Amino acid sequence: MNNILSRNNAEKRFKVYGVLAVSTAIILLGILLFKIFSTGISAFNQSYIGVKIEINNSINSSEIDPRTELRQQLRNMFPELTTRAEKRTLYSLFSSGATYEFEDLLKTNEGKTINDYYYFLASDDVDMYVKGTVKREGDSAGRLMSDQLKILDQFEEQNLVELHINKYLLAGADSREPEMAGIKGAIYGTFYAILIAFITSFPLGVLTAIYLEKLAKKNRISDIIETNINNLAAVPSIVFGLLGLAIFLNFFNLPRSAPLVGGLTLGLMTLPTIVIAARSAIKSVPPSIEEAAIGLGSSKVQTIFNFTLPLAMPGILTGTIIGIAQAIGETAPLLMIGMVAFVVDIPGGPMDPATALPVQIYLWADSPERAFVERTSAAIMVLLIFLFLLNITAVYLRKKLEKKW
Amino acid sequence: MSVEELKVSIKNLNVFYGEKQALFGINLNIYANEVTSLIGPSGCGKSTLIKCINRMNDLVDICRYNGQIMIDGEDINDSSTDPVSLRTRIGMVFQKPNPFPKSLYDNVAYGPRLHGMTNSKEDLDELVITSLQKAGLFNEVKDRLFEPGTGLSGGQQQRLCIARALAVNPEIILMDEPCSALDPIATAKIEELIEELKEKYTIVIVTHSMQQAARVSNRTAYMHMGELIESGLTKTIFSNPEHIKTQDYITGRIG
Repeated sequence: MNNILSRNNAEKRFKVYGVLAVSTAIILLGILLFKIFSTGISAFNQSYIGVKIEINNSINSSEIDPRTELRQQLRNMFPELTTRAEKRTLYSLFSSGATYEFEDLLKTNEGKTINDYYYFLASDDVDMYVKGTVKREGDSAGRLMSDQLKILDQFEEQNLVELHINKYLLAGADSREPEMAGIKGAIYGTFYAILIAFITSFPLGVLTAIYLEKLAKKNRISDIIETNINNLAAVPSIVFGLLGLAIFLNFFNLPRSAPLVGGLTLGLMTLPTIVIAARSAIKSVPPSIEEAAIGLGSSKVQTIFNFTLPLAMPGILTGTIIGIAQAIGETAPLLMIGMVAFVVDIPGGPMDPATALPVQIYLWADSPERAFVERTSAAIMVLLIFLFLLNITAVYLRKKLEKKW
Repeated sequence: MSVEELKVSIKNLNVFYGEKQALFGINLNIYANEVTSLIGPSGCGKSTLIKCINRMNDLVDICRYNGQIMIDGEDINDSSTDPVSLRTRIGMVFQKPNPFPKSLYDNVAYGPRLHGMTNSKEDLDELVITSLQKAGLFNEVKDRLFEPGTGLSGGQQQRLCIARALAVNPEIILMDEPCSALDPIATAKIEELIEELKEKYTIVIVTHSMQQAARVSNRTAYMHMGELIESGLTKTIFSNPEHIKTQDYITGRIG
């Protein structure tokens, strides 16, 4: 009796430990996600300041210098600002991106006249103040000085300071100006790198697994290969970066900072994961099916491609996607092959210099400007969404393929 | 059968798995259009023996053998014999029904498609239907030919596996305990089927049930610990066995 009682108690205790462990994990994950989302969500909005633009002649955009003209329009709004320093303060509320936006405005209104309020991108310091990230302390707020605040207050009195959707974040490449920095370049870099990593590691990994599992004779050499593949999976990723540096850059002279090299390196890193997953998936295919096919006179290779591989595919794909998801989040090997460079162009192909999402996060986290903090979190959000989508794909593929077979 | 035609002749066959010898000097003749059953206690090498006939043992890395197996006077272990084409001449039905995870139709059509046995879709349809008919399954499944084969009952699955083997038009059918996973009614159906099939095919069946061996087979071979103790007409083996071990097994004293 006593024995049963203590056994039941032990079982209850064990359950409580399990619940505690799971809830701790969920709470920590919740805190992490909350922190990232609450910090990052504000980066999807951006402060804009309204400026009255009045051009009475029909516009010929090639004749107007947008920078000078925009400044002229600003001075027209504030005729009371006369000294050079005061004017400079006025201009400093705007981002250098405002000039480009003004240029676009002129181009879209070619041949017309303008007389209206238009909104232009504010500087990152203004943005931080408007969003309340930095508070007014005495005369200044963050890096905004009292004279800047005085002018900004005048804009705010006229309700000319607004938050608009941040079109730079998802559609632009990296920039030194936080308000103009975007992750599109990094997304493209990641996309090309992952595509190449998949193209190289998936067929190689699956073929290796098939060979080792079904075709190779079991002997000392195959044992050594097997042990080494298992060991490779545990090699720190930065070592793969060194390998990529030594082979692809120094030996094959492939371009530095290119997603091609990044992808090949990540592919090498993912290979052992895929081989191990594919081998266990192939092993779990019931031998009775293979025997039946062999008994009907199909050759070994026919049996593998008609039955073993399709039946193992859900498992292989799950393993592959786990490996690829790992590769997407990997920073260290990309640092070694130069994908950490500051790249302001969106890569047009896998040979162009690029950076990748996790590297972009690393670069922004390292930047001193206050406005990069929320952008770092926003980039992490995008990365998490990517991984989430990838996992959904894995689950979907597995379900779909399992149903069919 | 008026004239006994020798189909398979096994001479002095030794089989080793690694260091362990599984079969010791087997000599056995199998005659065309007859059912030959292999009986004996578990682990005596019955399955090993029939897997030698279609060279399925080649797939086991550590398996080696010597001796001779002749089918229609040709040595199947000769270097000129390709095991893959050999297996198309020899159908095999396994202990556990193992239909492919495909539709009924595709299950039966797999072999003919593989070997390009038919030229048109119509020919293939006909072959699939006749194979299912031969296996006595067609009437039960004619409305669901394109549903998965794994949805059938155990006995139907086993007959599907027989239909699949028949579709490649083999000369010999090897059955490795085909009824051990089936209930008595399904077993009876398979046995009826075996009775019909022996008109056209040579059948070798491994079985644990002595009643089954007595019911379906013309000849019986009794094996014990990797040795062939005795073989002969089923009537003789069951009524008047020469060897004491055979008698012990048949009367249920060992096994």
